[in-house]
Amino acid sequence: MGKSHIHKPKRNFILWLMALLMLASGVEIVPQAQAEYGDVVINNQSDKAGMRPPIFPHWFHRIRFRCKVCHADLGFKFQAGGNQINMLKIIDGEFCGACHNGEIAWSVENCDVCHSGKPGTPTQVHGSTVQKLIGKPAPAAGQK
Amino acid sequence: MNALLKFLAVTWTVLLWSTAPVPAVAGPEKWSPLEKDGLHDPQGPAIHELQQPGEALSQMPPDSVGNQVRWVEALRKGTINPRTNILPETKIQVLDQDLIYGNTGDNWFVLFPHKAHTEWLDCANCHERIFKTKFGATGFKMMDILAGKACGQCHGAVSFPLTECRRCHSIDPGTFKGKLGAQQAAGGKP
Ligand code: HEC
Ligand code: HEC
Ligand code: HEC
Ligand code: HEC
Ligand code: HEC
Ligand code: HEC
Repeated sequence: MGKSHIHKPKRNFILWLMALLMLASGVEIVPQAQAEYGDVVINNQSDKAGMRPPIFPHWFHRIRFRCKVCHADLGFKFQAGGNQINMLKIIDGEFCGACHNGEIAWSVENCDVCHSGKPGTPTQVHGSTVQKLIGKPAPAAGQK
Repeated sequence: MNALLKFLAVTWTVLLWSTAPVPAVAGPEKWSPLEKDGLHDPQGPAIHELQQPGEALSQMPPDSVGNQVRWVEALRKGTINPRTNILPETKIQVLDQDLIYGNTGDNWFVLFPHKAHTEWLDCANCHERIFKTKFGATGFKMMDILAGKACGQCHGAVSFPLTECRRCHSIDPGTFKGKLGAQQAAGGKP
């Protein structure tokens, strides 16, 4: 075949479109179970430390708190895995620890309630359109 | 590019019509149980302490996508009353102003309601990190949104997904008589 008429960005775009359409028609590009939309897995360090990765459920928390509580007042950046959270900070009352302190919510000793993911699950926002489009987790979807 | 997006819009609409409608009454079985969602470890010692999504979400105004909940409606009807602050000094500011975008090719115009957003979010969540505080100044296209930028940062991860073209592209250019940009004393959609 000779040179394609369609130049590269456009061709990529067509591939993308096809991916989108397959999604719409219910064809699973990557076979994946149906985790709840907005569930965030944070696994920068957990696997290495031998803990199950924590899962943060947006649906559960947004019933109780508006986005601004976490993303403005508590300073969570809009990026899965992008906040350098660790246990020291949590115990110090930062991030999850601003609430999981035995006052607003149950406290840190309930390790397994947070650390509930399948070992080896990478950092990701489950249900993300971007993740589905490129067929793999998209931790880079947030701002830099 | 525009032609392609248009093609997408048409195909999409047809596909959506031909697939599952929203059931009037939703049972909890619409949501996967945590043990089988592919993320949670069914062997985890505390898995049974977690709430099943279907238990809570089936009590809310139903939707067909995302969490299968109409979150704006749930908030306005008082089905849920999420806290606005945990720090006492935080100010709550709701802005009732719509923006209408017209660079939508042959597609319907886009209505961005500040009200529905500021009921959940702080101005600082969007200004100036995601959007400039001037209509049209940021400059983003549908491809940017699909790539997870601009509106796509939230829509596609936490808020209703980008497959729902019509929820953003909600203004018929054929009947729209006003001016694009910021609308006076909007009120959002009914
Ligand atoms: C409120 C939720 C929550 C609870 C409760 C919790 N963790 Fe964590 N933990 C996290 C998050 C979020 C991270 C960051 C995960 C990552 O990046 O891999 C983390 C990271 C870790 C890490 C790796 C990084 C580090 O700081 O060493 C270890 C080990 C860990 N947790 C152990 C524990 C133990 C043990 C307990 C119980 C005493 C516990 N966690 C309770 C949320 C929690
Ligand atoms: C209880 C706290 C909390 C609330 C409330 C909350 N979030 Fe989040 N959000 C988080 C955490 C935690 C993360 C992951 C951060 C990390 O991994 O470091 C996150 C990540 C995100 C991301 C990044 C996803 C990506 O692409 O990487 C977006 C977008 C987001 N939230 C939007 C929202 C919106 C919109 C709302 C309100 C409807 C909301 N959040 C409410 C805690 C919260
Ligand atoms: C703004 C406050 C707040 C922040 C920040 C917060 N949580 Fe929570 N979280 C809560 C409350 C309140 C509950 C419900 C407590 C209860 O039922 O007693 C909860 C419950 C949970 C649950 C249990 C859900 C269930 O099914 O019962 C998990 C898991 C969880 N949080 C993880 C996290 C992780 C991980 C982080 C940090 C990344 C975090 N939370 C940050 C307030 C918060
Ligand atoms: C979250 C809101 C949102 C959703 C959902 C959405 N759009 Fe858009 N769309 C926009 C905005 C905002 C613009 C930019 C308008 C402007 O700049 O005047 C746009 C622009 C466009 C354009 C104009 C060309 C371009 O490249 O910008 C097309 C065509 C388009 N969208 C098609 C679609 C289709 C098809 C879907 C569904 C798959 C969709 N949109 C879903 C918000 C959305
Ligand atoms: C969800 C994101 C979001 C939030 C939250 C938000 N805005 Fe905006 N705002 C926008 C967008 C998008 C624009 C238009 C930017 C563009 O077109 O480049 C805009 C534009 C504006 C403009 C300029 C309108 C004009 O006449 O040109 C003002 C003023 C403004 N916002 C004020 C606010 C205030 C005050 C708040 C908090 C109460 C707020 N915004 C919260 C997204 C947001
Ligand atoms: C910072 C996060 C964020 C960004 C950025 C954002 N949205 Fe939203 N949007 C939300 C949330 C939260 C809701 C509430 C509904 C939900 O979560 O599904 C919402 C709801 C909406 C609704 C439905 C309003 C209703 O009355 O039902 C429209 C339309 C919409 N957004 C359009 C846009 C457009 C267009 C843009 C870009 C110009 C945009 N959004 C950017 C978070 C965001």
